[in-house]
Amino acid sequence: MGRNNAWAKAGVTLVAIFVMLLCSPSLGLSKGKSITIRGSTTVLPIAQRLAEKYYQLHPEVGISVSGGGSGVGIKALLDGMVDIASASRPMKDKEWKIAETKGIKPHEQVIAKDGIAVIVHPTNPISELTMAQIKDIYAGRMDNWSQLGGPGRKIVVVSRESASGTYECFHKIVMKKEKITPAAILQAANAGVVNTVAQTEGAIGYIGLGYITGKVKALKVNGVYPTSEVVRKETYPISRPLFMYTRGKPQGVVAVFINFVLSPEGQRIAQKEGFVPIRPVK
Amino acid sequence: MIPRKYKERAIEGVFLSFASISLVVLLFIMLFLFREGLPIFRVIGPLEFLFGKSWYPTYEPPEFGILPLIMGSLFITVGAIVVAIPLGLASAIYLAEIAHPRIREWVKPAIELLAGVPSVIYGFFGLLVLAPFIQDLFNLPTGLTALTASLLLGIMATPTVISISEDALNSVPGSYREASLALGATRWQTTIRVVVPAALSGISTACILGMARAIEETMAVLMVAGGATLIPTSFLQPVRPLTATIIAEMGEAIHGSPHFHALFAIGVVLFFITLGLNLLADFLTHRFKETGSGTL
Repeated sequence: MGRNNAWAKAGVTLVAIFVMLLCSPSLGLSKGKSITIRGSTTVLPIAQRLAEKYYQLHPEVGISVSGGGSGVGIKALLDGMVDIASASRPMKDKEWKIAETKGIKPHEQVIAKDGIAVIVHPTNPISELTMAQIKDIYAGRMDNWSQLGGPGRKIVVVSRESASGTYECFHKIVMKKEKITPAAILQAANAGVVNTVAQTEGAIGYIGLGYITGKVKALKVNGVYPTSEVVRKETYPISRPLFMYTRGKPQGVVAVFINFVLSPEGQRIAQKEGFVPIRPVK
Repeated sequence: MIPRKYKERAIEGVFLSFASISLVVLLFIMLFLFREGLPIFRVIGPLEFLFGKSWYPTYEPPEFGILPLIMGSLFITVGAIVVAIPLGLASAIYLAEIAHPRIREWVKPAIELLAGVPSVIYGFFGLLVLAPFIQDLFNLPTGLTALTASLLLGIMATPTVISISEDALNSVPGSYREASLALGATRWQTTIRVVVPAALSGISTACILGMARAIEETMAVLMVAGGATLIPTSFLQPVRPLTATIIAEMGEAIHGSPHFHALFAIGVVLFFITLGLNLLADFLTHRFKETGSGTL
């Protein structure tokens, strides 16, 4: 009898713990005091800084940021998994159609601009290329730096995986949708491109403006050196807007966050991360 | 009181259901893989998919030929075997037949530790040490080549080859060795002509599982193989294996698009390759089972 009693007690305790575990996260969520952001790896560094700063200002709102890519973010948004999808490309027709079938009206907000810099190894004497030359290199029609007035060294073309937002932007603006040579080396992230180019004397790569470091040399394109200034003025040829998508017009804490992103404070953070603000900066 | 018989049965049932969980999970993974992968064949024929020479999944119109990727995997795997089998087999023979037990006590855990190093760490090592070395050694434009990936995967597959081969060698009965030595054979002759042949099925299994280890590795090859989708003609070129393609592109592929299904179809291809290798390993294990008590 006594033994049965002990079992019963243990059982009740277990059930109680279970119920508590089940309830606690759902209570937190039901207040709607949390924001989840997922998407573009290009937007990731800004989103993280923004989230940190926002959390300092509004510690009652939990905020979580993850990468995965523009496509992943948009899918998660349409599946109702996240509140905000960050993207380095506009939503595609197919994605708009999926949204429509799910009865969602995504709201598009440009949060900053990004320029794509073309980079080479620091020892490469070439410091300027035209869009046509870059296109020829990436199409595989030019494969030695001597063809461009440089040293007799084989060109090592470094590209991104064919589904990244940076790739898509480069492909559209520079390649005009022509194929990139299959001999191109693939790197799965901006940082990977920087490392490969920094290690390889003959390499050429392309990265988001925010990833330029002293380890590589950014080239002038059509005579313009990539800086925030020229991207904002749209005189630099390879640039693009960055987006945050929400399900419908942003509301509640999400709206407060988006407004924070567009505020002088938020735009300053974007600028500090190497991107180009679209609104006045504090 | 519940009779003991029923208790026993209940406990048996509980354990059976636990054991079945892994089977059920496997079944679901397979179902999922096929459900997401097969729709690609509405867009492109299976032969065109397997033997198409260009992989341009996001162009208009897209091209889904995975031959360059299959060749990339093949190059790297063959290279890895060339490294892993001699290295692994020699180490296993040393550990099982020659090494002093005290040395073995130290070396064996070290090798097992090598198997436990996360592949991303191997990848970093390959990227920072091996690739620049290969680049300088052969005076290449880039060190991210099939050779670099092969060497790295060879090192990664070696612990698998060692531990399974060593088990096989250890399970050769002592009487075989005694008989051979009694006939006047040297220790070397005994090892090479008696023990190794007796353990051959276990050793072949080890080699095939090592090969499977190399073919399914993802992270490290993504980092060091270079990732070019050109059909390779030499080990000194960058290549893109099947696994690296999936991990690099899955993140940005639109859910439900042909590209998405093509990536899952690559998963199906990998599934069949690994299944084939495992069946082969199993076959080799059982093949020689009856011929000697010394086999795995």
